[in-house]
Amino acid sequence: MNALIISAVWGVVMMFSGILLKQRSGIRNLAVAGLVLLLVSNILEMSGTVFFKVELKGMIVFDRFALFFDSIIFASALIYLFLSARDMEKVGVNYAEYFALIFFILCGITLVASFKSLLILFLGIEIVSIPLYILTGSEKKNLKSNEASLKYLLLGSFSTAIMLMGIAFVYGATGSFMSAEIIASPGTVSALLIAGMTLLLFSMAFKASVVPFHFWAPDVYDGAPTVFASFMATIVKAASFIAFIRLFNDLFGDMKPEWQLWMAVLTAATLFVGNITAVFQQSVKRMLAYSSVAQAGFMMFSLYAMNTDAVEGLLLYVAAYSLATIGIFAVLNKMSDYTFDGFNGFAKSQPVLAASTTICLLSLAGIPLTAGFLSKFYMLRAAIDTHKNLWLVIFAVVMAAVSVYYYFRLIQAMYFREGNAHEIEVTPVFKWTMVVVAALVILLGIFPNLLLYWFYF
Amino acid sequence: MSGGKGDADNMIPVLFILIPLVSGLTLFFFKNEKSARSWALFSSVVTLFVSVSGLTFFNDSNHLKFSAEWLSFLGSSFSVKVDGMGQVLCLLTAISYPVIFLATWKNQYSKASSFFGLMMLEQAGLMGVFVAMDALLFYFFWEMVLIPVYFLCSRWGGEKRVQATFKFFIYTFLGSVLMLVAIIYLFSQTSDHSFSIESFYRLSKILPAKTQGWVFWLFFAAFAIKMPVFPFHTWQPDLYEQSNTPTTIVLSGVIVKMGVFACIRWLLPVVSVASFQWGDVVTSLAVTGILYASLIAIQQDDLKRLVAYSSIAHVGLMCATIFSETTIGFQGVMIQMFNHGINIIGLWIVVEMIGKQTGTRKISELGGLAQKAPSLAIFALIIGLANLALPLTNAFVGEFMMFNGIFSSGATRYNVIFTVLAAASIILVSIYILNMIRKVFYGNNNEVTMAANDIKWNHKLVLSVIVILIIWLGVYPDSILNLTQGLSETILKQSDVMHLFSGK
Repeated sequence: MNALIISAVWGVVMMFSGILLKQRSGIRNLAVAGLVLLLVSNILEMSGTVFFKVELKGMIVFDRFALFFDSIIFASALIYLFLSARDMEKVGVNYAEYFALIFFILCGITLVASFKSLLILFLGIEIVSIPLYILTGSEKKNLKSNEASLKYLLLGSFSTAIMLMGIAFVYGATGSFMSAEIIASPGTVSALLIAGMTLLLFSMAFKASVVPFHFWAPDVYDGAPTVFASFMATIVKAASFIAFIRLFNDLFGDMKPEWQLWMAVLTAATLFVGNITAVFQQSVKRMLAYSSVAQAGFMMFSLYAMNTDAVEGLLLYVAAYSLATIGIFAVLNKMSDYTFDGFNGFAKSQPVLAASTTICLLSLAGIPLTAGFLSKFYMLRAAIDTHKNLWLVIFAVVMAAVSVYYYFRLIQAMYFREGNAHEIEVTPVFKWTMVVVAALVILLGIFPNLLLYWFYF
Repeated sequence: MSGGKGDADNMIPVLFILIPLVSGLTLFFFKNEKSARSWALFSSVVTLFVSVSGLTFFNDSNHLKFSAEWLSFLGSSFSVKVDGMGQVLCLLTAISYPVIFLATWKNQYSKASSFFGLMMLEQAGLMGVFVAMDALLFYFFWEMVLIPVYFLCSRWGGEKRVQATFKFFIYTFLGSVLMLVAIIYLFSQTSDHSFSIESFYRLSKILPAKTQGWVFWLFFAAFAIKMPVFPFHTWQPDLYEQSNTPTTIVLSGVIVKMGVFACIRWLLPVVSVASFQWGDVVTSLAVTGILYASLIAIQQDDLKRLVAYSSIAHVGLMCATIFSETTIGFQGVMIQMFNHGINIIGLWIVVEMIGKQTGTRKISELGGLAQKAPSLAIFALIIGLANLALPLTNAFVGEFMMFNGIFSSGATRYNVIFTVLAAASIILVSIYILNMIRKVFYGNNNEVTMAANDIKWNHKLVLSVIVILIIWLGVYPDSILNLTQGLSETILKQSDVMHLFSGK
């Protein structure tokens, strides 16, 4: 509750800060302060301190899972601001508005993480999506940015319409929007309910960029300004998955036999298309876009398995994935040349940044002693515990081996290829934040209970 | 990570990992090349000292173990133990590092501190693999070896090193992740949800044969790529040829033993039924590999590639012997893991010296080196003879026991054929080793070998150490066999499933 209200209010504050504060550093600091406040108030709520008492009629429930996820998101967003807030200046003139939109997105994320009614889910998804359409097109003079924005808007609205139709079907079948009542609705599973569930599955798969609903993702991430692509590919994607797992755990958990095979097929398709296409990319930005699709494939395991390991693992996964991807995107954003060759010789000119980026890449590839390994480990274990479809697990690890190809290609470019990666200017804050990101990736890889401890206590 | 330090706990296995790990991490901060080099040598000597003391003062494997809590909510723990096989392999790892550093003392590296840092991290990983008594921990260390090797081979080496290393890396990583699936699957089947080796060993009699079959192949993929067994060997000659000498030595001397070692510790006792059932297939692959690699070695003109193929043949023999499941064969593998490590390290140093002195590694371009470098020629001859298993050298003992093991095997019906085919490699080895020595060292000088000098004191020192070990173990192999006797019997007893099949 704390986070929901503070994020909404702070979004409005940020909007006006553009008029009141002339200094860009002032706006930036205000945003950082807001995010720290969000994070602290959310952690306080986890230990029982709630600032606002609002009667919600059970439509939103801030349970352990939601609050814990929100904390991960706010912490990631804070790191994101430390690394990338400066780069938003390059995008356009409306500096304060970008922050306002980001706070509105965070507000939407708190909704989708804690919905108990399908209406709130719809509301949350829309609150997340609409600012994203704007952020994607925020580079007004750039045609690619405009195209991406339009494409995202059209396809996004289409999928939202499908979601609404799904919700309507579910309502028709059960007579309620509330998840508790939908589960308790008597009788056999009707065709209408299955139709509604399938439509919801499709629309959520679209938001989470799961194959075959992923076609927008690489184009939008590629066209959008890199700073915002980073935000979309990590924090927003994590939120989609949380909504996805909440939906299928809370509402359709009893109908697991109906959708489990669907999930298995989607998982395999996402892993295959994401990884194989990423291999052929020449631009690091597009590679990261496809990598985000490929990583979504691994996150799909949590939906496929849907047991305690899966839920716990998904939380670790989004933390590990967001940390690493935000780090790599932040470095990419500093480069003038986005191709792999643009990174040639990067380790010579920026040894610290190259080392941190390497650790992030190792984590994405799932090398042990990084957070990425343990999160993949959780996913595989959850899938194996279902005691069926073991082909899927073996297929997934083969695809993980494929992913090594494109992640290590970047490492090769940085370390083993001669070249003159352009001199880039970085502030000490940036450098140290990258070191912290790398340290966190390793720390979570060795002691994941540092994070998961908070989930249980 | 503070573990309860009871009576049975002992820090020695932890020191094996900790000393190289800490020294490796500090090395990255060294600025001066000379001090990095000395620090690496110093810490590797300390590791050697600790492992020798672990072998002598505390020579009771019940005391060489340590356990601490780590990832307990995942069912894992940081439990390490040095048993007989671990002692042998840790000793091999510990000996090889000072030897390598001394033998390549004069080599120049750009960014020497990173080079030595990665070398030490690699050693920490290797030690970990050999002492881990928890499947997840084993997997961690298994991968921890791979990452430094990747950077070492990609950064320092021949022209095509990046591609060769990449091929190696993708191969081995694929094997590793398949093994990970097997490990997690076995974990999910254990009664107490634990990754500990005892829980895994209990599974061998419980899991149905069909399940064991595919778990076996998931495991074996990783081990076969690492060893490497035909047809998974294609990464090896390229990588050995392209990478820098110290890494090549570690790769062929120690890292390939990881595969052999893992078969003995994690494959046979865990999926015994499948190992018995698939033993003939694996042995056939291994025997094919022995003949194939030996024949190709005869054709090689490049010394490094020759040694690489010779290594495939030797490791293939170990692999074939493991699946014969006999005590004498097991003991042969145990001692041969050590012997092959020592011999091939010696061989690489000789090859490196030839390359340094003459600027080429092509056999066809060399000749008459013995006149210019007599001591190198003597060392090369002794090590070469050890490599083809002449009596009174260490490899003779190992190979004799292994052939004996395959021949007397009850686990296969084709024991005679396997023995005959594998033993044919003895002739082939003689051909290529003696040919190589004749062409490189004897005959007339040519313009390439004219300018060569004899080797320096540091090379004489390390090669003498190797020759002493070769002769020592050739005359008195019991010093190793006694260490591993108990373990070989335990593992064979654990893996014995023949009675299940005798009725059929």
